[in-house]
Amino acid sequence: MSSSPALQCDGVGVRFISNRQSVTALDGVSLTVAVGSLLTVLGPSGCGKSTLLRVIADIVRPQSGEVRVLGTTAEAARRSRQIGFVFQDATLLPWRSVIDNVRLPLEVGARRALPAGAMRPEELLRLVGLAGWERALPHELSGGMRQRVAIARALLGGPRILLMDEPFGAVDEITRDRLNEELLRIWRETGTTIVFVTHSIYEAAFLGTEVLVLAANPGRVREIMSIQLDGPRKLSARETPEFMRQAAHLRAVLESC
Amino acid sequence: MQSGQLAAGPAVAPAPDAAELAFVAAQRNERRRRILLPLLGGATLLLVWWALVEVFQVKPFIAPAPQVVARTIYDRFGLLMSNLAPTAIEAIGGFVLGNFAAILTAAVFVHSRSVEQAFFPVAVLINSIPVVAKAPILVLLLGNGLAPKVAIAAIICYFPTLVNMVRGLQAVSPQAMELMHVLSASEREVFFKLRVPTSLPFLFSALKIATSTATVGAIVGEWIGSQTGIGALIIQATYNFDSALLYATVLCGSTFSVLFFLAIRAIELWVVHWETGVAP
Repeated sequence: MSSSPALQCDGVGVRFISNRQSVTALDGVSLTVAVGSLLTVLGPSGCGKSTLLRVIADIVRPQSGEVRVLGTTAEAARRSRQIGFVFQDATLLPWRSVIDNVRLPLEVGARRALPAGAMRPEELLRLVGLAGWERALPHELSGGMRQRVAIARALLGGPRILLMDEPFGAVDEITRDRLNEELLRIWRETGTTIVFVTHSIYEAAFLGTEVLVLAANPGRVREIMSIQLDGPRKLSARETPEFMRQAAHLRAVLESC
Repeated sequence: MQSGQLAAGPAVAPAPDAAELAFVAAQRNERRRRILLPLLGGATLLLVWWALVEVFQVKPFIAPAPQVVARTIYDRFGLLMSNLAPTAIEAIGGFVLGNFAAILTAAVFVHSRSVEQAFFPVAVLINSIPVVAKAPILVLLLGNGLAPKVAIAAIICYFPTLVNMVRGLQAVSPQAMELMHVLSASEREVFFKLRVPTSLPFLFSALKIATSTATVGAIVGEWIGSQTGIGALIIQATYNFDSALLYATVLCGSTFSVLFFLAIRAIELWVVHWETGVAP
């Protein structure tokens, strides 16, 4: 199992029926994501970025094609808690304190026990920089802090794949920069494979070891580009000529979609 | 709220400056205004009432002066309370019964669309019959004791709570449902961990309305062939042209209604503690 890729999609197609009209959200999407990589997914709105994540998380069933997550089906991976999901909106339960929100995965579903060696809720809050906020209620936190809680919750139980659907889309740029750096730190510390959907070219190029560009109507793979950056990924790396060149290439690809 | 964080500030608090003192004074002033102004409004109403009765020499059996009503409340307090007791029992009993039935129905509706589609129109139909028309039917069915009044109060509460509770149970965000799916939560867990807490603010806004409607239901029930209760006393006082007692009785009933409301409001503040600024 260790030899199988974290994620493999073969000719995945998804159609939605709305207003008696059939809309093709994804058409023949094939890709492979190696264990430990950070794939960012970029594309114009309506290109099926979120749908792709939902197919991997077994929220949406594809009409055609096959999805293999860690060598098993998406459903098996979801049921064995190998998948963590961070939504666009933090989706915290407002009546639960921060720590109780992180603990939610231990209270529902069939697989509740924390695996041996997995980080405890308190440790995860420290990992996302929220030590001392355990008893606060979600409405007492800023948007960025709420997303950190959502990340801690998604990491509970040590999932091997973390799916993130434009998680920093609603926070301001300064907070987003800081969260981007922290996400890279968390990725390095936990070794989790991450699939990160965004509509920001800079975020995609800065975070990703690889960037998947999707074209719209119907959603299909336009290009998969690996990002080459010398030195550590710090925010200042975004001002280097090589970063600029790769971001410019992504922009050109997006414009041709 | 963030006291754990904020407490780690400088050990010596800086002396409050003029702006800070002015702010605190303004806040205290605002609080005082919020208590004093309604009292002033109430006092004005009493004064106008008294002045109108005095100036136009209104006959006491048409409308009593406020001080006469106050005197009546004091003199006949025992009579008022012995009539309030059955009404209160009926209103609270109906409130508990009607809302409990509504919550159960809402839970069933949320689980089964077909049951909802079959029975929601029936609930709408029963709700569309006016209370004064439902009351005689229930008196015929249930006799002359507490039962018909409790039933009327229950039926009158039932519909608004049902509608609100169904809406509340369905008010979960699609993302929260997806989250529960990713966590492989069972339908039971989704219901109790997500739907029920989401519905509580909706439920309490219905319950607060139900406090006054349940009281109205109990009083209307007592209008039809009853010997005791606020409703019966209202009818007796009216036929006897005892307007002072009539006013005192009405005041007594509405005071109960207000206290009932405040009790539910207090429970709401305690239960729905995560909602900031819940509208009263």
